[in-house]
Amino acid sequence: MNRPLLLATALTAVAMAAVAAEPARDAIVAAYSQLATSENPAFSGFSAARGERLYLGPHTGGNTETPACATCHTADPRASGRHVKTGRAIEPMAVSVNPRRFTDAVDVEKRFARDCPNVLGRPCTAAEKGDFITFLINR
Amino acid sequence: MHRWLVALIIAMGGAAGAAASGLERVPAVSHPATAKECGECHMAFQPALLPTGSWLRITDGLADHFGEDASLPADLAASIRAYLAANAGRSGDPKVTRITEQSWFAKEHRFRASVWQRPEIKTKSNCLACHPRAEQGDYDDD
Ligand code: HEC
Ligand code: HEC
Ligand code: HEC
Repeated sequence: MNRPLLLATALTAVAMAAVAAEPARDAIVAAYSQLATSENPAFSGFSAARGERLYLGPHTGGNTETPACATCHTADPRASGRHVKTGRAIEPMAVSVNPRRFTDAVDVEKRFARDCPNVLGRPCTAAEKGDFITFLINR
Repeated sequence: MHRWLVALIIAMGGAAGAAASGLERVPAVSHPATAKECGECHMAFQPALLPTGSWLRITDGLADHFGEDASLPADLAASIRAYLAANAGRSGDPKVTRITEQSWFAKEHRFRASVWQRPEIKTKSNCLACHPRAEQGDYDDD
């Protein structure tokens, strides 16, 4: 295969992978939206601004070592984070730099279930989960 | 020493360098669920680094895992437990759950307290900070 054709094929594959990842994320957001309405009939849509406040904190009520999501995920969601207790690197949360984010519903739920109590001292509501993802889709 | 030479010496049945711990090369994690679930918050530690008893204690207590909730669905936890137990190391104290509190670890890591407190290291369990090929089970850095 000649070079331009090879490049074009590669680019198409990349573009297709990016597109293919989105329905999974859309489905996750849609499920949280439905859940948010059932938790609170007055729910009127997700807000990236509320998601940013959740992300940046600081919050009280959780573990004093982790007052914010940003403590491990870093204040700039486009940058790599670092687990505050173990030192392990964490890939960026912003979808623009890490398109695999929020595409596996089981992983997403598992981490919300662990991380929200650490930071807030309670589970996140469905509205908060949707706000958080909406903020990071816009980053 | 060249890597292939070390491998050759080991293959010929010889001892490579100061192999006091016997853990300078351990098999990499080969169980995908363990690599994924136990590699989220820290590197997935290789099963040979702890004896069976330690792994059973760890996998039976994931809801309170060194102060974190690392609990998993029962079937997933059981498959990880079985993999770690079947591939566990032969040495170490099975009552001790930390690799970093096993006596071989202390012997191999006699550093000043200030070393452990360096911000890029953070904690003794951050093997990767000092052993760049730790995820492949390679702790032989010379
Ligand atoms: C103690 C460190 C820590 C804190 C604090 C933390 N997280 Fe996380 N989070 C992690 C780790 C580790 C992962 C898994 C590694 C990865 O996904 O790259 C993760 C992953 C996630 C994921 C999964 C994303 C995906 O694409 O699968 C979500 C969702 C998440 N965190 C939400 C939050 C929220 C919301 C907060 C704040 C309320 C928060 N995290 C605070 C460590 C933390
Ligand atoms: C939610 C985050 C999280 C997950 C998931 C997790 N761990 Fe841990 N683990 C920790 C933290 C935090 C420590 C303590 C680190 C420290 O103090 O240096 C730790 C410590 C350890 C240690 C001791 C390290 C030492 O000091 O020698 C072992 C062994 C271990 N984990 C095994 C596992 C196994 C096996 C799994 C998968 C079943 C797992 N971990 C999943 C957070 C996690
Ligand atoms: C502060 C840096 C540092 C950290 C963190 C660290 N090590 Fe080490 N480790 C060393 C040094 C330095 C040596 C000595 C190297 C030598 O003698 O060749 C060593 C030696 C070893 C050896 C013996 C190697 C041999 O040649 O016999 C093993 C096995 C080992 N480390 C495993 C670990 C594991 C597992 C972890 C994480 C749980 C870890 N180390 C964390 C620095 C570190």
